[in-house]
Amino acid sequence: MTEVLITGARPYGEGDPVDVLVADGVIAEIGERGAVQAPSSAEVLDAAGQVLLPGLVDLHTHLREPGREDTETIETGSRAAALGGYTAVFAMANTDPVADNALVTGHVLRRGRETGLVDVHPVGAVTAGLEGERLAEMGTMATAEAGVRMFSDDGRCVSDPLLMRRALEYSTALGVVIAQHAEDPRLTGGAQAHEGERASRLGYAGWPASAEESVVARDCVLARHAHARLHVCHVSTTGTVDVLNWAKGLGIDVSAEVTPHHLLLTDERLETYDPVNKVNPPLRAGRDTERLRQALADGVLDCVATDHAPHAEQDKSCEWDAARPGMLGLQTALSIVADTMVGSGLLDWRGVARVMSERPAEIAGLPDQGRPLAAGEPANLVLVDPDAEWTVRGAELASIAGNTPYEGMRLPAVVTATLLRGRITAREGKID
Amino acid sequence: MAPPRGAAAPAERELLSAGDVARTIARMAHQVIEKTALDGPTGGAGGTDGGTGTPLPPVLLGIPTRGTPLARRLATRIEEFSGVAVPAGALDVTLYRDDLRRKPTRPLEETDVPAGGIDDRVVILVDDVLFSGRTVRSALDALSDHGRPRAVQLAALVDRGHRDLPIRADYVGKNVPTSRTEEVSVLLAETDDRDAVLIRGQ
Amino acid sequence: MRHLLTTDGLGRDEATAVLETADELKRTLLGREVRKLPTLRGRTVVTMFYENSTRTRVSFELAGKWMSADVVNVSAGGSSVGKGESLRDTTLTLSAAGADCVIVRHPASGAPHRLSGWLTDTRTSVVNAGDGMHEHPTQALLDAATLRERLGGIEGRRIAIVGDVLHSRVARSNVHLLATLGAEVVLVAPPTLLPYGVEQWPVTTAFDLDSQLPGVDAVMMLRVQAERMQGGFFPSAREYSIAYGLNEKRLAMLPEHAVVLHPGPMLRGMEIASPVADSPRAAITDQVSNGVHVRMAVLYHLLAGEEL
Repeated sequence: MTEVLITGARPYGEGDPVDVLVADGVIAEIGERGAVQAPSSAEVLDAAGQVLLPGLVDLHTHLREPGREDTETIETGSRAAALGGYTAVFAMANTDPVADNALVTGHVLRRGRETGLVDVHPVGAVTAGLEGERLAEMGTMATAEAGVRMFSDDGRCVSDPLLMRRALEYSTALGVVIAQHAEDPRLTGGAQAHEGERASRLGYAGWPASAEESVVARDCVLARHAHARLHVCHVSTTGTVDVLNWAKGLGIDVSAEVTPHHLLLTDERLETYDPVNKVNPPLRAGRDTERLRQALADGVLDCVATDHAPHAEQDKSCEWDAARPGMLGLQTALSIVADTMVGSGLLDWRGVARVMSERPAEIAGLPDQGRPLAAGEPANLVLVDPDAEWTVRGAELASIAGNTPYEGMRLPAVVTATLLRGRITAREGKID
Repeated sequence: MAPPRGAAAPAERELLSAGDVARTIARMAHQVIEKTALDGPTGGAGGTDGGTGTPLPPVLLGIPTRGTPLARRLATRIEEFSGVAVPAGALDVTLYRDDLRRKPTRPLEETDVPAGGIDDRVVILVDDVLFSGRTVRSALDALSDHGRPRAVQLAALVDRGHRDLPIRADYVGKNVPTSRTEEVSVLLAETDDRDAVLIRGQ
Repeated sequence: MRHLLTTDGLGRDEATAVLETADELKRTLLGREVRKLPTLRGRTVVTMFYENSTRTRVSFELAGKWMSADVVNVSAGGSSVGKGESLRDTTLTLSAAGADCVIVRHPASGAPHRLSGWLTDTRTSVVNAGDGMHEHPTQALLDAATLRERLGGIEGRRIAIVGDVLHSRVARSNVHLLATLGAEVVLVAPPTLLPYGVEQWPVTTAFDLDSQLPGVDAVMMLRVQAERMQGGFFPSAREYSIAYGLNEKRLAMLPEHAVVLHPGPMLRGMEIASPVADSPRAAITDQVSNGVHVRMAVLYHLLAGEEL
């Protein structure tokens, strides 16, 4: 393996610029500018003015393989991840067939390895076929080749309290985490958009905040009694932040993620009826967005996860009700976080490393991701130019689908290079 | 609403003064009386009452906007000079125009066909300016949707020529030779604030 | 006007112009044997109904035909619509085939907005004939025409809209238009049938119908759809009818001049008692006949002017 010498980058955007030598998949040396000796064969990345962070970890993606390879494959999703600065992603189980058995999770793992651009970790389904009726073979998936660490019926909620209780209890023996898509289906029947003045004026059936908050509260209680770990997917409301605050105060082992789109976009987008803005949970009110940002800065929300959800043109180019929910996120996440959190002064780059790399790695139990920037640590790295800007074009993103809600927007922070175990996977917007 | 007329503009000339307008309408009233034999022994050739055979006076229908008050004034003068009350109303032709798609959407104007209707009557259409003849063509179409007159005649305060259609007025207040680019405006106290006829060069 | 999608944002002048055109059309057609105007000769109007509504479709169809437009009806059964063709493809096909105006009724809120977006590069106009729980602008316009006729005007009048406001596109369109035209609107419904955030609408709300009746100039009764009765929005049809049904006793509580409107189809005995629906105070048949004139006026304003 060749060596890489990164010159002039600032780790976590702090202190004086340094040179970083990467060799044999690990950080070999970090030293003052010009003080690190690299072999002449080393590839040099001139990173003057750039920020060096641990490679990003995404707990929540939909890579659509198997089943909807017309919208995304593990290969194209891996490319999008690498270009977005990610070195590990979790692929949700709602594929076709569903990842509720070791065969499918093994397939996802292998396809990820073959592509080799990012560590693809399959998420296993909590219930067979995502049907919410009986537990999937979690133990088999956890112990088989893929070594599944996270289980979720994401896209659907494990709404039956008894089943959720059993899943949480069962997970404690396996040392895995249950990630809940918190949505009480009885409260969201036919729901199309955030229940607010805007939706009711525009005639969208409302998706009430209480449908999320009540499930999160219930699950926190269930996790407490089961002595289990709970992860809450895509937190979207002020009330959920309150519930999490309360649960964490009680010492309940709960973690939570927020998506970039819930940090930036609001239900103002409903005015257009353009389903590129349709997502589940829905874009909320401005006050929710504000609160989510604050909670991410405070640590009540642990991390950012993309909920990257590619959809075919025909599934978005239609009337709102017929459209599928979800939006692309892998290549825009870091920029949205830079815009909403760094730009607003709520987080510094060390904070970004925490919420986009360290905490997610910790939650999922990945030993080689989200590690400190120090000699001897695995060289899963991302370089970011914090002062550059770029314009989002769905057609230019690596995903097969183009359903980005940020089309035409100019965003701050550009990923200039991503390294997976010392190997450059993406550089200057191109797959290496 | 049509824009208010009479705003001072360059190269504007008065063709008829208020007094001229009044005299012209009076003359037209006399012509109508004569042509429809309102003062004759039969008491008028505006049609006959089907039941009694009594002759009926003509019906004046003004084409909005300014044809409507013109028709009313004409009716007043006719009654003054002949002693015969002549019904006057309004016939909006907007829905029958062939140039709707060439202009911004026009508001509809009032249509008011006098109570006796127009069947078997002589109808005199009244307009302010006769130009291409297209408005009159629209009026003839509109008229046929309201009934079947015995005959239709046309009165115009000003005939400025340049017909696009084979249409001729039976009563003309004033013939004015114009060029196509000139603009002729009739002002009436009812819709504007004075009586006058103006011509504006381009 | 290029499209008519909502009354939300429809200006007072624009709305008044349509209402005045409708008045004039009604007057000009009154008592005529031949109800046919040449105004839209050679223009093609397509009605595209993804929900059944004979009354609205027929009203639009007559409006188009009385103005000499060629009217083509596309319904969800027996067309490509039923064969799973996308709304976008159907729309673009109809436009390419020469439709000057597409009148769309769709169960999804915002569907007419989507159509207008897909038709940006064409000259086809879109009329919303009712979209989901969003709006039904021509219904509001015909209600306004009826109120003008019966009350002599709308400015300063107090109108109660009673019933399932939550799911009603008729209520939404009326709220916006009546507010624009200067009326006071009070929404009367149980809390379960009032929309979220209604306090930000230009209306007041009340739960008690009886307290409102003596002070209003008109009552607009909304239909309670059968499926809502199963939805647990209120305990029973009986209880709803007792609390919110317009019966003869309540009719007597209205001021002498007040009128009763209903967009139809009515559920007699549920939201409105039969004798009330048939009383001279009810303007329900006027609403239907005004509907044709208002829709003619809308087509006139969309299609008769200069191409935009």
